[in-house]
Amino acid sequence: MAYVEVRGLRKAYVTRRGRTPVLGGVELALDEGEFVAVVGYSGSGKTTLVSLLGGLIEPDAGEIRVDGASVTGPGPERGIVFQHYSLLPWLSVRDNIALAVDAVNPDLPAVERRRITDEFIALVNLTPAAWKRPRELSGGMRQRVAVARGLAMRPKLLLMDEPFSALDALTRATLQDELLRIWGERRSTVILITNDVDEAILLADRIYPMTPGPDAVLGPPIEVGLPRPRRRRHMSLEPAYQKARRALVDFLRASHGAGSRLQQATLERSCLELR
Amino acid sequence: MGSKIRLTPQAILPVLGAACVLLAWTLVSATIAPDLPSPLRTWQESRRYLLEPFFKDGEMNQGIGRLAFYSLVRVAKGYALALAIGTPIGFLLGLSRRFHQSFDPIVQFMRPISPLAWLPLGLVIFQKSEPAAIFTIGLCAMWPTVINTAVGVRSIGQEYLNVGRVLKLSRWKMLIRIIVPATLPYVFTGYRLSLGLAWLVIVAAEMLTGTPGVGGFLWQEYNSLIYSHIILSVLTIGAIGFLLDRLMGAVEARVRVN
Repeated sequence: MAYVEVRGLRKAYVTRRGRTPVLGGVELALDEGEFVAVVGYSGSGKTTLVSLLGGLIEPDAGEIRVDGASVTGPGPERGIVFQHYSLLPWLSVRDNIALAVDAVNPDLPAVERRRITDEFIALVNLTPAAWKRPRELSGGMRQRVAVARGLAMRPKLLLMDEPFSALDALTRATLQDELLRIWGERRSTVILITNDVDEAILLADRIYPMTPGPDAVLGPPIEVGLPRPRRRRHMSLEPAYQKARRALVDFLRASHGAGSRLQQATLERSCLELR
Repeated sequence: MGSKIRLTPQAILPVLGAACVLLAWTLVSATIAPDLPSPLRTWQESRRYLLEPFFKDGEMNQGIGRLAFYSLVRVAKGYALALAIGTPIGFLLGLSRRFHQSFDPIVQFMRPISPLAWLPLGLVIFQKSEPAAIFTIGLCAMWPTVINTAVGVRSIGQEYLNVGRVLKLSRWKMLIRIIVPATLPYVFTGYRLSLGLAWLVIVAAEMLTGTPGVGGFLWQEYNSLIYSHIILSVLTIGAIGFLLDRLMGAVEARVRVN
């Protein structure tokens, strides 16, 4: 049995205007220490998938198992890096991360918890900014804090919901490189949700394409045959890169036929807000 | 333009506005309301109260600073009562659906009741004017705090709550680390509005109970036919109310920066 297993995951949002089926039976499996990406169009249900995996919402059907245990609600063993950072604006960088460290390690002495907090601040190169508030930071720095907070939970599974989509292209590249480095050092089990095909290929061992909703499902996984440690330079010229990219783009293009996608996206967003 | 003080419209217009009001006041006192003292007469009869703000000739004949101080102390007590009761009620209304269903109708029912209606009831309950005045101030001033706090709790972003859920914070930690800080800007808006109301209520409370203070002084001077001192009191009440609002506005802005 795989370390992370998702079987037959279904979710629909019900409003007065009717029922919107978002996910129609998602299947997914990861081994420990694997980095997997899910790539799909905006509005296809990616955030719904993260919320389900995180336990923030309940599925209509299906099952999620992490390290043998069934997921019934949110918990720090499934850390989430949210799309819009979700840092607490009244806490400094340090306190945002300390909140997670303290919550996960209530039995450790204070000195030890402080050491762990400092370690994760240093990991994302934010030691000089440790006492700043989120509003004093750039978007890239904020997302670093969010990544550090997610990792500081020492989760069995780290979920990343389009973590870099709100950043400019240069900052995004820097953060991708940093994530590559950090993952290389720690080998966490990661599910990255993204709409960026190149980001997925750069970072992931395996990529699941997502069909556009309604009733979105994951297509057959595409193995990224690139050796690690990976480097961004010249990577796009490698045959393995091009092969993965072609397979991914072909699948996404072929599945992206059905008409009402835009309407679907709007609906899903309004449902999330209603919740 | 060479002079040191720039006569910009921002500097001139408020002075112009005040001059218009003074002119209207003078005209009214010279024509249709001969009992209303003119600005000049008001100044002449009130100067001692302003220039020696802390003199004390008797219980009801004191400098305006002393009278204002009595009123401010009374307001402070009533205001403290309003915050001490209003804040937890506001949080409970925002946090608990059951509590909201039970008590929101009563809050909406009691909110529009005038201080003039509460004060006699306070006198019946406490038998003394001082606690009755504080009770009235507290009861009338707490509603903005209650309502703003409740609205603040209900408008906390789901993303902040999700952080707490992922970390499995206990109910208490969730309250202290996430819900209270996220609500604080709303709470302080409530505090500012409550202070304005508390100051509004003090005059009515002092007038009805005849206790020394700006409002009590106002009513006594009306009964003694010294009308210029009514105007003095009115202006003092306005000035202090304005200063209090600015003060709380500054505090509120500090909280909001978060």
